[in-house]
Amino acid sequence: MTMLPPPSPRKLGLVIDLDTCVGCHACAVACKEWNDGGQFGPLPDEDAYGAEPLGVWFNRIHSFEVKPRRDATGNGPLQELAKTGFAENAPAMTVHFPRSCLHCETPDCVTVCPTGASYKRAEDGIVLVDEDKCIGCKLCSWACPYGAREYSEKRGVMQKCTLCVDRIYNESFAESERQPACVMACPTRARHFGDLGDADSAVAKLVAERGGVALMPELGYAPVNRYLPPRPRRAGCDGTPAVSADESLDRSQLSPLLRWVDKLLSR
Amino acid sequence: MHPALSVIFFTTLSGAGYGLLALLGGGIALDLWPRDTTATLAPLAVGLTLASLGLLASTAHLGRPWRAWRAFSQWRSSWLSREGVAAVATYMPAIVLGAGLLDTSGSSTWSPLPRICGALLSVGAAVTVFCTARIYSSLRTIPAWSNSLVAPVYLLFASYSGGLWLWLLSTVAQRGAPGADRLGLAPALLAGMALVAIATALLKLLYWRHIDSAAPRASIESATGLAAFGSVSAFEHPHTEQNYITREMGFVLARRHAARLRAVALLAGFALPLATIATALQWPALATVSAFAALISGSLGVFVERWLFFAQARHVVSLYYGARSV
Repeated sequence: MTMLPPPSPRKLGLVIDLDTCVGCHACAVACKEWNDGGQFGPLPDEDAYGAEPLGVWFNRIHSFEVKPRRDATGNGPLQELAKTGFAENAPAMTVHFPRSCLHCETPDCVTVCPTGASYKRAEDGIVLVDEDKCIGCKLCSWACPYGAREYSEKRGVMQKCTLCVDRIYNESFAESERQPACVMACPTRARHFGDLGDADSAVAKLVAERGGVALMPELGYAPVNRYLPPRPRRAGCDGTPAVSADESLDRSQLSPLLRWVDKLLSR
Repeated sequence: MHPALSVIFFTTLSGAGYGLLALLGGGIALDLWPRDTTATLAPLAVGLTLASLGLLASTAHLGRPWRAWRAFSQWRSSWLSREGVAAVATYMPAIVLGAGLLDTSGSSTWSPLPRICGALLSVGAAVTVFCTARIYSSLRTIPAWSNSLVAPVYLLFASYSGGLWLWLLSTVAQRGAPGADRLGLAPALLAGMALVAIATALLKLLYWRHIDSAAPRASIESATGLAAFGSVSAFEHPHTEQNYITREMGFVLARRHAARLRAVALLAGFALPLATIATALQWPALATVSAFAALISGSLGVFVERWLFFAQARHVVSLYYGARSV
């Protein structure tokens, strides 16, 4: 049934910290591994070891370069930047950006589905594909702004992030392991799983505290997942570069031994 | 968007087929079409064949075509499902109409039942084409498609390409007739077809102007939520090879040749057929050849136009793969 269920109070989703994500792809690999063998697998690749490997991944890690915005005279919007603590003369920063299904509240990927294969669960808002009903028309992937759905050429059906629905309710796991594989795998704890519909949940508090944002809200899909923006860079806080350009050496700071070595080497 | 041949053939062939059925059905409902078995059966059969070929082509796009019957179930929310339901429903009045034609009891006007069937056929065909257009125009992720010009463009293109088929079939049916009867259609109808051609071309020009000048719907900054930090650009992709998303949504070839392909679509699709209509009006003896040339050239133009419709459309997901705004 591809009509959307009435809005549920429970909105399970992910909160991704763009400040601490180091772009290691461990979440993507853990996701591929779990879901290849999980209830919604397998995730076979075409030409896996050949020249052009191609296959379904539910999670993709981009890297973006962010440059402080400057106008024609070389000045940035200072007030705006002050909020982020990002100094005007700061160098560009790299932001690693995991991209997966955002389990939107009003997802068109569900309503465009002609067969009822694509659905949003009424009880927790997870968006899933019933692979036994999918005809592989690919329309849902066209309807998703976030590129969350990938078509499996090998299986002839659409596949997508399941929020590890086969882990999070799995009673054969210890309570601490009832989390999506990507969250379990993250070495920097940049991924958090929880109920974003509950204002008292740890993830909702984290979003409130860090000013978590929704992606492309202007498209009206009302994504549930939130991204936590990078924290202010230390070097940028007072505008003083951490390393000065000419790298002059202050000998008075050195220990007597190093001062002697410096003297020796400077001859 | 990747211009899959299966989808281009689906929209152009079924568009022509349903356009032809809509014109024929409308003609019968208004009692304008002659009550003649062969003159009616030929366009009816050709229209149903074209529509069926288009629907068959669309199943070539499916990963699991034998499950296609499931697509009739979600008409409450899905335009693709509605299209399927409307397409199948349109066969019903066509079959009843066809069966009624076998009764050749010699009346020169249409009795109420075929006229009702004609009206239903016409409405069903138009609804089907409208649903086809809405499959695309309902996608908010593709600004070139989700605008109010797409549905009228699809409807006009369907009636125009259906008209080209109707003209050819009529001239073939009357190739032995004397004088102006060899035109197949009345000169006023042919002039009407020329007007439809001009209107279709103008609407398509308006559509192209719209997609070239429309304000972007989303930016790389809004796609990443990093607008407050400055300007964002893609630094490293998640994968070194293509993936489904970049293959399906990252098609760029057409945008480089758009101007030339648009000229081809206009010349082949409209200018040449208009010239052949003028030729036929001047020299009715050349009507069949003219109608044939108009159909071939017009279909080529419609094909190029539809190819561009897909290939030129940019999907907002390309923001994650290097596009600055879509």
